[in-house]
Amino acid sequence: MEKTAYQERIHLQQKALMGRYYDELTAAAKGGEGKAVYMLISGNPIELVRAFDLLPVYPEVNALQLAAKKQSLPLIQRAEEVGYSVDNCGYVKADVGLYFSGGVTSFGTIPPPALILCNYVGCNVYLQWFEHLAEYTGAETYNLDIPFVRDPEWRILPKDVEYVVRQLEEVIEICERITGRPLDWKKLRQILARSAETEELWSAIKDLTRNVPSPFDAYFDAATMMGPLYCLRGSQECVEFFRMAHAELEAKVREGTGPLPKERFRTVIEGPPPWPYFRSFRDLFSRWGAVCVASTYSTVGGVWEFGFRHDPQRPLESIAEHMLFWNVTNRNFLQRYDQLRQYVEGWQADALVIHSIKSCRLFSAGQGDMREYFSKELGVPTLLVESDLEDPRYYSEAQMRNRVDAFFESLEHRKLTAVRQGG
Amino acid sequence: MAIEAILEQCRALVEDPSSFEAVDRWKAAHPGGRAVGCFPVYSPAELVHAAGMLPVGVFGGGNEIEIAHADSRFQSFICSIIKSTLELGLTGRMKILDGMLFQNICDPARNLASIFKRNFPDMFIEYLHLPQNLGSPRGIEYLAAEYRRVLRALEGWTGQPITDAALRASIGWYNRTRALVRALYQVRAEAPQLLSTVELYTLSRAGVLVGPEAHAQLLEGALATVWDRVVKPKDRLRVVLEGSFCEQPPLGLIEGIEEAGCYILDDDFLLGWRWFSQDVEVDGDPVAALARGYADRSVYSAVKHDLREPKAKHLLDKVRTLKADAVIILAPKFCEPALFDYPLYRKALEEAGILHLFLEFEEKMWIFDRARTEVETFVESMLFD
Repeated sequence: MEKTAYQERIHLQQKALMGRYYDELTAAAKGGEGKAVYMLISGNPIELVRAFDLLPVYPEVNALQLAAKKQSLPLIQRAEEVGYSVDNCGYVKADVGLYFSGGVTSFGTIPPPALILCNYVGCNVYLQWFEHLAEYTGAETYNLDIPFVRDPEWRILPKDVEYVVRQLEEVIEICERITGRPLDWKKLRQILARSAETEELWSAIKDLTRNVPSPFDAYFDAATMMGPLYCLRGSQECVEFFRMAHAELEAKVREGTGPLPKERFRTVIEGPPPWPYFRSFRDLFSRWGAVCVASTYSTVGGVWEFGFRHDPQRPLESIAEHMLFWNVTNRNFLQRYDQLRQYVEGWQADALVIHSIKSCRLFSAGQGDMREYFSKELGVPTLLVESDLEDPRYYSEAQMRNRVDAFFESLEHRKLTAVRQGG
Repeated sequence: MAIEAILEQCRALVEDPSSFEAVDRWKAAHPGGRAVGCFPVYSPAELVHAAGMLPVGVFGGGNEIEIAHADSRFQSFICSIIKSTLELGLTGRMKILDGMLFQNICDPARNLASIFKRNFPDMFIEYLHLPQNLGSPRGIEYLAAEYRRVLRALEGWTGQPITDAALRASIGWYNRTRALVRALYQVRAEAPQLLSTVELYTLSRAGVLVGPEAHAQLLEGALATVWDRVVKPKDRLRVVLEGSFCEQPPLGLIEGIEEAGCYILDDDFLLGWRWFSQDVEVDGDPVAALARGYADRSVYSAVKHDLREPKAKHLLDKVRTLKADAVIILAPKFCEPALFDYPLYRKALEEAGILHLFLEFEEKMWIFDRARTEVETFVESMLFD
C-alpha cells in the first residue's frame, strides 16, 4: 500500500510552526510573557486577540493533539472519575483531565487563562465546556453569544451583526483592562489584511482539488493546514506558510500528481476525523485509490471558498459576519446539506462519506437524514460510518474496514457497469 | 370538582404523549384555529397564544410508541426525545399540529429543527435563539428583538396582527397558571403527603395540552380541595430531584422513586413550562417584559448558561430552603446538557456535605425495578444510618 509522504515541505513547515506556537504557550505557562485567552475553533475571532498580543489557546486543538498522539484515554478516564459521563464529548473530557493534570503534555504546557472567551458559535457543548473551565480556574469569562443562522432564506440578519459587534466592543473593553492598553486599530487592520490574504490563499488551495487528479486530500491533508490557519491566522508567518503551500500544490497540479499513485475515486467527506486512528482511517480509503476532494470539517473555523474575506475597512463587522455566517458550525443542518451538494457537484465527486462522531453531536445528530437526502433524493452513493474524534474506545478497526471495503466494492461495480453501458 | 376527579382527568390526558386528543378537542371548539408544538425548554408559549393559537408542549412519544423510522435518521447515541419527536412526525401522529417551535437548547435539538423543515415542508417551523450572554444588557435587548422576529413570523403566517394587548393578556394567563403550579409545589413542600409528585406532575403536564384557560380551572379546582385530603405523613426521605427538565421520565418511574421511600419536595420536570419564579410584568412593553423575565426571573437548568452565578448555586439553595435531606439527579440517557451538569453538581454537593444519588432514565423505559432498588438502597442507607 502506498504511504503518503508526498507533502513533505508542507508537513515539516506545519510541524515547525505548531512547535513554535506550543513553545510560546509553554513559555507563558512557565511565567514568561504572554497572557492566554481560551477560545473555541468555530468562527474564532483570533484577529482581535492578536491585536492585543494576547495568546490564543484552543482547548480543542490541545485535545486533538492529545488524541492524535494517542495520549487522550487516561485523561478522559480521569474526567470520568469525577463524574463526567461516558456519553459526554471526549474533547471536553480530555481537556478537563488535562487541566487536573496540570496542563502538561508531551508537546507543550498549557498556560492558565487570563480570559475565557467562549465564542458560542453553533456548538452548545462549548458553553458548558467553558462554564466548567470558568468554575475550575476562576478566570474571567465572557460568553460571546452568536445567534445561529435561522432565517428561512439563510440570510445574515442585520440585527444579528449589530448584536455581535456590540458584544465585540465589550470584549475589547475586557482585553483593554487585561492588557492595560487601548486597542490599536491600525494594528487590528493590519492583522485583518493578513488574515484576508491567508484566506485568499487557502481558498485558492482548496480550489485546486477541483483538478483531476486532486493534488492533495481535502480531508486528511487539509487537517494539517488547519493548525496554522486557526492558531496563527493574522500573522506574517501564516501568510508565508500558505504562500509556500499554494506554490507546492500548484506545482503538483502542473505535474499531474496527487496524494496517491492513481486517483480512482473522488469523495466528499463530512464530519471530523477520528484523531486517535487518523492514519489507519486514511489508509482505509487510500487502498481503494479514494481521494477526498472537499470536506466540511475543513470549514469549521471558516468557510472561505465561497468568497468571504475579513475586511480591514470593516473590522468588527467582518469579524461578526465571519462568526455568524461564514463557518460551517453556525449554519443550520440544511445549509450543510447544501454545502455538501455543491461540493459533490462542483468537485466531481463519486461519493459522499459521512463520518459520524459520537462526541460531536453538532456535526452528527441527524446524519441519517442527511444520508437519506443524498442517497435517495440526489442518488449520490453515500457511506455512513461511526466512531469518535477523541476517544479511542469507539473505533472498531475491523468493522470500519468491512464497511469501507463493501462500499467501495459496490462503487467500483457501479462504475464498471456505467462504463459498459456507455455512461 | 374534587381533586380526585381532576387528577383522573389529567392522568387520562397525559398518559399517552403520542396522542394529541386534547388538541383535537380544542380545534373542534375553535374552528380554523391552529396549534403549534413547543419543543422544550423555555419555549415562549405566550407568543403563540397571543396569536390566537394553541401552544402544545411536545415532549416526545414517552413509552407508548415504538421508534421504527427515526432511528435511521438519528444515531444510537442521541437521546430518546429527539428520536421519538421525529417519529411522531414521520408516523403522521403530529398532523394535528400546524407548526413547531424549537430553541437553541442543545445540538441535537438544533439539527432536529432543520430535519423537521426538510421532512414536513407544510409545517410552520421557527427556531428561536435564546441569548447566552445574560451578563450583558445586550443579551436582554437581543432577546426582545428575537421575540419580535418570531411574532412577525407568526403574523406573516396567519395574516393577523398580534397586538400588545393580546400579548399582555397571554402573559396574564400564563402568569396565572404558573402561580397556581407554584402554589401546588408549595403544598408539596409543606405537606408532601397530600399530593404525590406524580399527581402534581400530571396536573402540571395537562396544561401543556389544554391551553392556560382550561388549565387554570383544573389547577384552581385541585388547589381548592387538596387541603381536604386526610393523609398521614410517612417517614420518608425528603429529596430534591434535578435533571429531567427536557425529556420526561415515565409516570411509572416517578411513582417508583416515590414509593421507594422518598418525598420529592421539588423537581425540574417540565421546567420550561414553569419558566418563571415570579410573575412576568404586565405593564409596559410586553415583549421587553418577557425578555427581562427570561434573563432575571426564569428558573435555572442545564441549558441556560448564566455566568452571573455558579452552576450549582440554585440546587444548593433549593436543598437548603426546603430543608431536604438529599438530592436525586435524574438525567436522561445521552442528554449532554444534563450529564455535563453532573460533575459540577457532584462537586458542589460533596463540598456542602449533601448526599446524592445519580440515576439515568429513558422516556421509553417500561421496567423500573432497577431504579427503584437503587433508590430504596439509597433511602435505607440514609434513614437507618
